[in-house]
Amino acid sequence: MTAIDSATEVQAAESVKTPALLGPWALMWRQFRRHRVAYFSLFIVGFVYLVALFGEFLAPADYLKTNTRAPFAPPQGIHFLTQDEDGNSRFQLHSYGLKMEVDREAMRRHFVPDPEKTIPLGFFVKGYEYKLLWLIPTDRHFFGPKDPDQTVYFFGADRLGRDILSRIIMGTRISMSIGLVGVAVSLIVGVSLGGLSGYYGGWVDNAIQRLIEFLRSIPTIPLWMGLAAAIPLDWPPLRTYFVVTLIVSMIGWTTLAREVRGKFLSLRHEDFVVAARLDGLSDWEVIRKHLVPSFASHIIASLTLAVPLMILAETSLSFLGIGLQPPIVSWGTLLKEAQNIRTIIEAPWLLIAPGSVIVITVLALNFLGDGLRDAADPYAH
Amino acid sequence: MGGFIFRRVLYMIPTVFLVSIVTFIIIQLPPGDYLDSLAAEMGEAGVDNTAVVEQLREQYGLGQPMYLQYWKWMTGILLEGDFGISFEKNLPVTDVIWDRLGWTFAISLLTLGFIWAVALPIGIYSAVRKYSVGDYVATFFGFVGLAVPNFLLALVMMYVAFKYFGQSVGGLVSPEYLEQPWSWGKFVNLLQHIWMPVFVVGTSGAAALIRIMRANLLDELYRPYVVTARAKGMSEFQLLMRYPVRVALNPFISTIGWILPTLVSGEIIVAVVMNLPTTGPLLLRALLVQDMYLAGSLILIVSLLTVIGTLLSDVLLAWVDPRIRYQ
Repeated sequence: MTAIDSATEVQAAESVKTPALLGPWALMWRQFRRHRVAYFSLFIVGFVYLVALFGEFLAPADYLKTNTRAPFAPPQGIHFLTQDEDGNSRFQLHSYGLKMEVDREAMRRHFVPDPEKTIPLGFFVKGYEYKLLWLIPTDRHFFGPKDPDQTVYFFGADRLGRDILSRIIMGTRISMSIGLVGVAVSLIVGVSLGGLSGYYGGWVDNAIQRLIEFLRSIPTIPLWMGLAAAIPLDWPPLRTYFVVTLIVSMIGWTTLAREVRGKFLSLRHEDFVVAARLDGLSDWEVIRKHLVPSFASHIIASLTLAVPLMILAETSLSFLGIGLQPPIVSWGTLLKEAQNIRTIIEAPWLLIAPGSVIVITVLALNFLGDGLRDAADPYAH
Repeated sequence: MGGFIFRRVLYMIPTVFLVSIVTFIIIQLPPGDYLDSLAAEMGEAGVDNTAVVEQLREQYGLGQPMYLQYWKWMTGILLEGDFGISFEKNLPVTDVIWDRLGWTFAISLLTLGFIWAVALPIGIYSAVRKYSVGDYVATFFGFVGLAVPNFLLALVMMYVAFKYFGQSVGGLVSPEYLEQPWSWGKFVNLLQHIWMPVFVVGTSGAAALIRIMRANLLDELYRPYVVTARAKGMSEFQLLMRYPVRVALNPFISTIGWILPTLVSGEIIVAVVMNLPTTGPLLLRALLVQDMYLAGSLILIVSLLTVIGTLLSDVLLAWVDPRIRYQ
């Protein structure tokens, strides 16, 4: 009897749900999702990185292929219904071909859509060959003209008749990765120097703080310009890329170092740190096992906010012509094409397309960082 | 106070010294020098001028070790105010730069005024009317302002001004006023042009300051002293201006320190796009052709003036906020 009673009691106790205990990361996620704009931005940023990863698959045309017959070709729209020989309307994605017209008064050629010529479009079409994710050789592309010999300029063409959309997609890889690599460099330098500064204090702290103040007091653009102009033009693209990344991350680490130092200063005398030290852990272990995890979320938030700054810096330098150089395609080198007002008036898409991509990406990254910063301390309030 | 300023000025000296060294290293970084590119150009023209180039190299001391060149350059600046020679223009650097530096700083200071005039009221408004439509609009534009690179905004504005308002773009005055002496008409014309770079350079700074002002004021608005003042029956506007805004203004002043370098930087890049007669295009050109003394002097002076600006903001802050101790 008593045995049965206790058994049912146990069952009853099990059926009462113990409230789930959420760890700090789960709490942060919860807090983060409440910031709707930031949550939405997370998807945009994720999408942009996917574009960077699967660039060749998404690009409808070879981004390096020039076309002497389509300089400054305007963006071609996508139309839905075609008419076959019998005059019946049929659903078929297509674009109109381009017809060249000569404006005799202005002595200028320009293109108009030619409704006579239709170019059928489709998904998963054949195009130029490439290696998906640098591994799988294929020639399939997500969207484009069904005839591999045709080119449709969804975002228009540049001076040499290269497809702007494909160039933006391929430029995404360079521009977004500069942000990531730059932030990685800032992270390493910032956390080590900031950590040293905050953990040891004294003259180490003083020296590092003076160094940071000094770096911040120099106007960044002249400094960057000076350094970037020192990159020889005949360097291989990859080396230029890494040096530009280093230059761009030179200022970024200072903010991070200051933040880490502040955290170290406030945590240094907390009980759990003192306890860890009394347990005989070395300085490095205390930092790695106890201090860094306690402010990792703040670091992630500041890193997210640093990425857009680096992207903008790279864009500005490449735009001036002293950052990345033309065979490399980045958002900055794309905008360089739109440098003078005459070009912009003739071909506004050279400015609008890459410009809006930059603004949307940077905006999304800023919102994301903002949301992460708010969520970084879920125990507040 | 006097001692505080004195100590701060003293602190500046090593900073300026470091700046000068870094500048010199930067302009020495590119392989070769201006004479190499000159020789290459002459070589293309089919002239063999090795002797002339060697003589020039001797004259400018370009073959000497780096520390000697630095010493020569620095002593020239400190003792005679001689910044060296611009190789490309074949003129003393001092003849080329002061005009342009003046414009750079005029635009930067105007921009600072613009930023304050915009950020202060909007920041106060979005803090007081938190989560109102106006606050959301201000926040949104703040984020957009931070996301648009300066040069992109400059290009868009030039496009709009040219296409829809038919305004001549680029430069600070219309072409017909370029060579004329100053007159009322030229001044008005200048005002018609200068707002554009000021607006472009100021947008991101204003966006950042609005966020800072809003956050600061929100920290103050619900303090007990505000409740006390309200309980006394003060009008809401008077109360706002007299207490919380004054307290929230302190970080506002301290930001001059970091906002000045950003303004100067922004001005330089916008100037290249808009073709303004300021340091930007000159510096870019000098860096590209390795006109090293010109480039070096520009970077040096711009950095120096920024350091002075930071000093001024510190002094101003100490003067405004009685709680700051001069230690």
